[in-house]
Amino acid sequence: MAEKKHMFDDPKNVRRVLYVLYCCCALLFILDFVIQRHLVHPWERLVGFYAVYGFVGCVVLVLIAKWMRTFLMRDEDYYDREELNVATTDGGDHVEH
Amino acid sequence: MWSTEIPAFAPLLIGAVLALFTRGWLRGIVTLGVILASGWHLLQVPEGITVSVSFLGYDLVPYRVDKLSLIFGYVFHIAALIGVIFALHVKDTVQQVAALVYAAAALGAVFAGDLLTLFVCWELLAVSSVFLIWARRTQRSYLAGLRYLIIQVLSGVILLAGLLVHASATGSLAFDYIGLEGSGGWLIFLAFGIKACFPLLHNWLTDAYPEATPTGTVFLSAFTTKVAVYALARSFPGTELLVFIGAAMTCFPIFFAVIENDLRRVLAYSLINQVGFMICGIGIGTALSINGAVSHAFNDIIFKGLLFMSMGAVLHMTGRINGSDLGGLYKSMPKTAALCIVGAASISAFPLFSGFVSKSMVMAAALEEGYDWVWLMLLFASAGVFHHAGIKIPYFAFFSHDSGIRTTEPPANMLTAMTIAAVLCIAIGVYPHWLYQLLPFDTGYNPYDATHVLTQTQLLFFSALAFVWLNLQKLYPPELHSVNLDAEWLYRRLFPRIIGAGFSRIWQIDRDFRGWFLARIHGLLEYLAHLHYPGGRASVTRPTGHMVIWVAVLLAVYLWLLLSFPNADTAIGH
Repeated sequence: MAEKKHMFDDPKNVRRVLYVLYCCCALLFILDFVIQRHLVHPWERLVGFYAVYGFVGCVVLVLIAKWMRTFLMRDEDYYDREELNVATTDGGDHVEH
Repeated sequence: MWSTEIPAFAPLLIGAVLALFTRGWLRGIVTLGVILASGWHLLQVPEGITVSVSFLGYDLVPYRVDKLSLIFGYVFHIAALIGVIFALHVKDTVQQVAALVYAAAALGAVFAGDLLTLFVCWELLAVSSVFLIWARRTQRSYLAGLRYLIIQVLSGVILLAGLLVHASATGSLAFDYIGLEGSGGWLIFLAFGIKACFPLLHNWLTDAYPEATPTGTVFLSAFTTKVAVYALARSFPGTELLVFIGAAMTCFPIFFAVIENDLRRVLAYSLINQVGFMICGIGIGTALSINGAVSHAFNDIIFKGLLFMSMGAVLHMTGRINGSDLGGLYKSMPKTAALCIVGAASISAFPLFSGFVSKSMVMAAALEEGYDWVWLMLLFASAGVFHHAGIKIPYFAFFSHDSGIRTTEPPANMLTAMTIAAVLCIAIGVYPHWLYQLLPFDTGYNPYDATHVLTQTQLLFFSALAFVWLNLQKLYPPELHSVNLDAEWLYRRLFPRIIGAGFSRIWQIDRDFRGWFLARIHGLLEYLAHLHYPGGRASVTRPTGHMVIWVAVLLAVYLWLLLSFPNADTAIGH
């Protein structure tokens, strides 16, 4: 029995979503020139400040987070190995009532 | 008899007792009825009520109602209602009773007018909520609950110490502005800070919340941290240190959230990030920023609750919560996916969703007060929160690669609770004045001006673009089965190791000493044995003649003595 086809099983639909996103981004960037903005901070006056800050901020966020993995990441049972052993030898039987 | 002076926490405590003695659908009706009645009661309560009693020469105010406490009271009722509906299918008396006591303690804390009452509620929060973690009934949750309880109770003990120092310095136990002038103030600040997840004190949350039951985490996310936010807003508004602590809290958790696999732990990090905005607002201390902090707490309870509910539903239905194990669930849980996206849009502060109308107040206030760098950090965190909570949570659970899991929508009560939360998120986003009229100050703030809508939308859409670009470039870190080290490493790994090493040294010294002592005893015994064993000096068999000679010697000595002193006897006789 073949499973029903879902919306994102078809790569065409995924591409459509992405095109909509690209168009929105382009439109929002252009709106910077159209809408009269009242701004407080000098940096805000830079064209596309929020757009660039959002994009660059997220890329930097992900790249730093990825780099953090190199020294922060441990096996999934890193703590369990010691803690659960201790629990089974003294007092782990509290748990399963 | 009904009276507005009935403390707001009393109905829920009664509800907890009733829940203890009822079962099944009756318990559901009773608890929902009690929460609705309690909420209705609170709506009738006017501002300005104070109930005071005298205790050991101090004026205690166990019940004090003003605008700041009322708004927290309302949202705690909403949270309790949503949480109870979400957990209606659960047949576990421990959880249902604990949840009601927990909600009652939170209400008690926000309506407390003195520090002693606050302390009692503070500890009750800890002791009641830990059962929502233990109710998972696994070894991991048992240990995580223990760690949680120790840290929470420690926070209470520090609060007690602080209030005693503060009371002896100022002669007052009033739970009002305290500030950081005295050492008592610092201790109280630290106690609040532990519950508010200040950096390095934050790991109790990311450790324990993801180990709680699917329904328990919904309650947990609502109360503890928000009580701390309320307490800081009450006692430390305008404390500049909070601006920087808050800004740090908005930024550092998002890095961890990006690489975390357990989606409820991602939400826990995101919770710290959101509390950071509130703390920052309290620190700035203007009417606008305090309003921002309080309204953001209000909204966060609802949208974070919604996100935790959607992940709870996923965990409940599939038994899995790691991003690496999930994906493609939109096929079998489309309603849950849609509701999750509403929560994600709200936390990301999309226009027309609730986060938009509250978070921006804090950021506007930061700019107005000249905290430029803090503002940049908050802006970065706003983009980041969209990235890890707004996109990552729905994407890895419901879309991404198809994990092959086929399930169904969660029970109707779970969907109902999520729907109520989602409706509130949108309603507050569309009609923010409903929320604004409850706020402590009237600032006339309008979130919907063209600049704000445009800039926020740009920030979010280009963050989404960054996510897409990183994914297409294969730069996005994959979800991996892993543990990421955080400050908790100190007390989960380093301290046990140090203590373990210390104890093994002590044990070694003890063993050496006992070995030395035993060796001495052994030596003595050997010596004695050597004396008495065959051939030893003490065991030589001597002839009877020796004894006769010695007796003869003794008698000779006596004889000599008698002869030397012949009159001694008669002298004594006379």
